[in-house]
Amino acid sequence: MTRAGGWLVAAAALTLPLWLSSAYHLHVAIMAGIFGVLALSLNLLLGFTGQLSLGHAAFFGIGAYTSALLTLKAEWSFWPALAAGVALAGAAGWLIGRLSLKLRGAYFVLVTISFAGVISLVSVNWIELTNGPLGLPGVPAPELFGWSLRSKTAYYYLVLAALALSYMVCARLVRSRIGRAFVALRENEPLAESIGVNVTHYLVLAAVVSAAMAGLGGCLYAHYTRFVSPEVFLFTYTVTMVVMVVAGGKGTLAGPLVGAVLFTALPEALRAATSWQWQMLAYGLLLVLLVFFLPRGIVPAAQALRGRGAS
Amino acid sequence: MTLAVRHLAVRFGGVAALEAVNFEVRPGSITSVIGPNGAGKTTAFNAITGYLRPAGGSITYDGVPLTGLRPSAIARRGIVRTFQRTSVFPALSVEDNVLTGLHLRGTGGLFEVLAGRRRLAVEEKGLGTEAAAILAFVGLAHRRREVASALPYGEQRLVELAVALAARPRVLLLDEPGAGMTGAEKTVVSGLIRKIREQGVTVLLVEHDMRMVMGISDTVIALNGGRVIAEGPPAAIQSNPDVIRAYLGTSGGPA
Repeated sequence: MTRAGGWLVAAAALTLPLWLSSAYHLHVAIMAGIFGVLALSLNLLLGFTGQLSLGHAAFFGIGAYTSALLTLKAEWSFWPALAAGVALAGAAGWLIGRLSLKLRGAYFVLVTISFAGVISLVSVNWIELTNGPLGLPGVPAPELFGWSLRSKTAYYYLVLAALALSYMVCARLVRSRIGRAFVALRENEPLAESIGVNVTHYLVLAAVVSAAMAGLGGCLYAHYTRFVSPEVFLFTYTVTMVVMVVAGGKGTLAGPLVGAVLFTALPEALRAATSWQWQMLAYGLLLVLLVFFLPRGIVPAAQALRGRGAS
Repeated sequence: MTLAVRHLAVRFGGVAALEAVNFEVRPGSITSVIGPNGAGKTTAFNAITGYLRPAGGSITYDGVPLTGLRPSAIARRGIVRTFQRTSVFPALSVEDNVLTGLHLRGTGGLFEVLAGRRRLAVEEKGLGTEAAAILAFVGLAHRRREVASALPYGEQRLVELAVALAARPRVLLLDEPGAGMTGAEKTVVSGLIRKIREQGVTVLLVEHDMRMVMGISDTVIALNGGRVIAEGPPAAIQSNPDVIRAYLGTSGGPA
């Protein structure tokens, strides 16, 4: 993205609540922001280290449950609960990274899926803590300096700040030697080792940062919907994140954001446009077309187009 | 600063790929390992650089054991290798390949990177200059913006060499640097290897092209059947009856 384009997007995002008249549209924007954080998080692993985590909903759910439980049962205020949710999700990422030390590709995918399965079972069955399948209602809305962020507009800005922070973390990592080490692992692992990149160390690092970021998304989700149930561990969440990253362009910074906006807005737009039978069909068809015509994703395709125009 | 291999043994299942291999690589020398296919040359490289765990024996650099360390830790001690089959970071530009190779030259940790420390921006600029110098050295400056996998074979091998040089080796292990190259390209590579040695880097290479080996080596080590059968200056190795027999077969040797 050019610098001017970046400022334009930032300005649009900052003034969005002024443009959107209905609370419903603002709700879609908030969900897009939360999914933006999740997609950025998944992209760190999938796009840069080349490892697919199909258990990413686990980190999302850990973040959601941790901050919900701490605010509900231990009566912590939002901010320390948020920090704890991010930290615990990050710790879970560390565990997954260490467990799959030597596992790559399909084996890494299996470990992440199994982990999500186990965590999901815990949330269903540890009824004294999690209230089981009934979930935890009444998660409090965050406060900032005694000012409640209960309104959609306020929450939108909270999510926007979290999204900007996540983007900055990704951008700084990717443009550093750490990001180059991630990519080296994706591109050629033996060669990476030969020049001194301890690939295990960097895979664990990527997993921790990615999981912590997904945990952040989970906290934001819990305190927005004000309700957490084992549904946060649904495979659908992971699949949605993967679709967003792949369609937007994995391994790019802007791709996950484009994917998150598109695939949050699209189902809503389809809902308004047509009956439910056609919604899933249209969604599926669009996905097939995207993968078929833009296999590397929207952002890389746009970059290639611009590059061709310039030369 | 000597790389010493003592009683090195490597087994694949029941097959002994190397048994009791002994040799030393003198600092500042160009040493070649030759031998027929299956002699154990690449296996020795893999054991020295940590890609294979030896069944026995020791590998030391400057008296410090390398056995049991992972490849990245060995690279950190200055022992850097290339691979027999072309090995680059395919989707990255030539310049990014070399920048990635400069990993050990960078110092930023997670928190510094996330804090966006100014020092790191300065460091990045320095790494960029260093990458440009390495690319100029191997003669790929004009290719720096191109995607590595799109380059012709010979140039990809030069990218590989540039990546290895970026890791600042004290001992550089080259696995068949001339394989698949044209005669002219081999001359270029030989010249580069000499220049690398002049900069104080010890070079150990595996190579099949005898003209190249004899032209640049100070010492040649001949392997056959997992053992060192001869070691010495190129001229002595060329006329060594054991070496000739190993290459031509037992019945073909001079009577």
